[in-house]
Amino acid sequence: MNSLGMWTLFKRETHRFLKVNMQTVAAPALTAILYLIVFRYAMGDRQVPGMDVDYFTFLIPGLAMMSMLQNAFANTSSSIIIGKVMNVHIYLLMAPISAIEMVLAFIAGAVLRAVVVATVFLLVLIPFVDISIHHMGLILIYGVCGSIIMGGMGLIGGMWSDNFDHMSMVSNFIIMPLTFLSGVFYSIEQLPPVWQQVSHFNPFFYLIDGFRHGFLGVGDSDPWLSIGIVVGFAVATVLLCWRLWHIGWRLKE
Amino acid sequence: MSIALRIHELSKCYSNNKLALDSASLTVPEGSFFALLGPNGAGKSTMINIMADTVLPTSGSIQLFGREMFDERLWCKRQMGVVPQEVAFDPFFTPREILKMICGLYGQKPDMKWIEELLDRLELVQHADKTARQLSGGMRRRLLVAQALVHRPRLVILDEPTAGVDVELRKRLWEYMREINANGTTILLTTHYLEEAEELCDHVAIINEGKVIESSRMDELMHNVAGSFLWLRYGDGLSLSAEDEGALSEFLPRIQDGKLCLTLSRIDAQQSSFHQAYEAAKKRFGAPLDAGVCQEDLEDVFLRLTHQGDKQ
Repeated sequence: MNSLGMWTLFKRETHRFLKVNMQTVAAPALTAILYLIVFRYAMGDRQVPGMDVDYFTFLIPGLAMMSMLQNAFANTSSSIIIGKVMNVHIYLLMAPISAIEMVLAFIAGAVLRAVVVATVFLLVLIPFVDISIHHMGLILIYGVCGSIIMGGMGLIGGMWSDNFDHMSMVSNFIIMPLTFLSGVFYSIEQLPPVWQQVSHFNPFFYLIDGFRHGFLGVGDSDPWLSIGIVVGFAVATVLLCWRLWHIGWRLKE
Repeated sequence: MSIALRIHELSKCYSNNKLALDSASLTVPEGSFFALLGPNGAGKSTMINIMADTVLPTSGSIQLFGREMFDERLWCKRQMGVVPQEVAFDPFFTPREILKMICGLYGQKPDMKWIEELLDRLELVQHADKTARQLSGGMRRRLLVAQALVHRPRLVILDEPTAGVDVELRKRLWEYMREINANGTTILLTTHYLEEAEELCDHVAIINEGKVIESSRMDELMHNVAGSFLWLRYGDGLSLSAEDEGALSEFLPRIQDGKLCLTLSRIDAQQSSFHQAYEAAKKRFGAPLDAGVCQEDLEDVFLRLTHQGDKQ
């Protein structure tokens, strides 16, 4: 067990995004706030159908979670693809760190970035809006599981990609639609029945719904039942990353 | 004699069906300064990359300091420091930060005294706090060497460490490598500077088309394998046709520096094949303008052995 090696890799991953914090922390928080302003004035005081909350309040947790998911993905995927393009990933392959240690350190870095971005976003909002917290435990479980899943997916996406073009294909054509269509901007009650059914197969739906439940106490599914789904999904993602790193999938010829 | 590295019938076939290593075997004694030589594409880097765990082998085994590398990867990785052929550096960090980080990745607390010594000996002190992006090509090469040494490995593998480094700096780098070697570290080196390899290394292996075709102590190679050759000058524009090559084939004819070179073999203790070679050349090309006999150096041996490989 090389715990110092893991810690070093985690610090490197953290250091990497903190060094360019305007791009990695401030920019995503600003984007989320812009969404909020736009929808605030576009939707007015409209209520979300079937829930006892106004649209603005409904949006805040969803946007926080969406930023978390996208940033967790960006942290691992950019690290791996920059490493591959600049050939520095060989230093990770040569290091005496086992595959599971490697994966856990990468994902921990992604989770930290996700938490930092969401926290900055919420802190900026506090002076202007009243942010209620219904259940902190739910917020943490869904936030952390979501970041683990997306950190892991970023790792896999980075391993699969050979260049920045591949990478942006994954993030624009897979990750963006899944996060956008997961109920950040609407309650799935508002969708036609078929798409309601489809949404139940989108893991991001459970993440955002459960996370929102932690803030508002309302949602489209039972957050306590969905915990099983997201925890299972997080564990499966980590196991898959472990396996892929172990065999050197698309990293070693 | 204890063994640092034993490679046994290592093969690698890439996905494009290129056979880069063909049952290559090699033994590197502990404490040696070992030159691994071969023409471009011979399989040197593939062999090194398999040891570094950046390329997967197709078959074969490797023992490092007595342990099976593919069974005890993590232990083996700690014993090795590899300078890769391609310059690779982390753009987010400075040389000092990179060296501390590499220590951490190897599970060691950074030994600042050693890091400062490395920066000093590799002439990077003044640049230690620039980002790696701001370093010149030569500095980046030296940083790679420091990265390979910082966790104090028992075996250092240098894959073309001096490509693009100027003569003065190269000399100082070799001097430092010699010191490291004198302190007990085994060094495996690939280089295209054969003169330097002959001077530095005490062991040598020659690899061609994925096979190790010669491996011995440097002095034994020079004593047993290096022979002499006859050179003949015929003015400008001499070239060998297939017919010429056929007629002179027993002397492994080649053109070097515009001169025809023929390898001489020993007929008995007193006599070499000088006379036969000279007459054969005269028969095809006439009397030369000038001629002489030279002792082969490592470069000649290398060219001859790898040339023979091509012929077969």
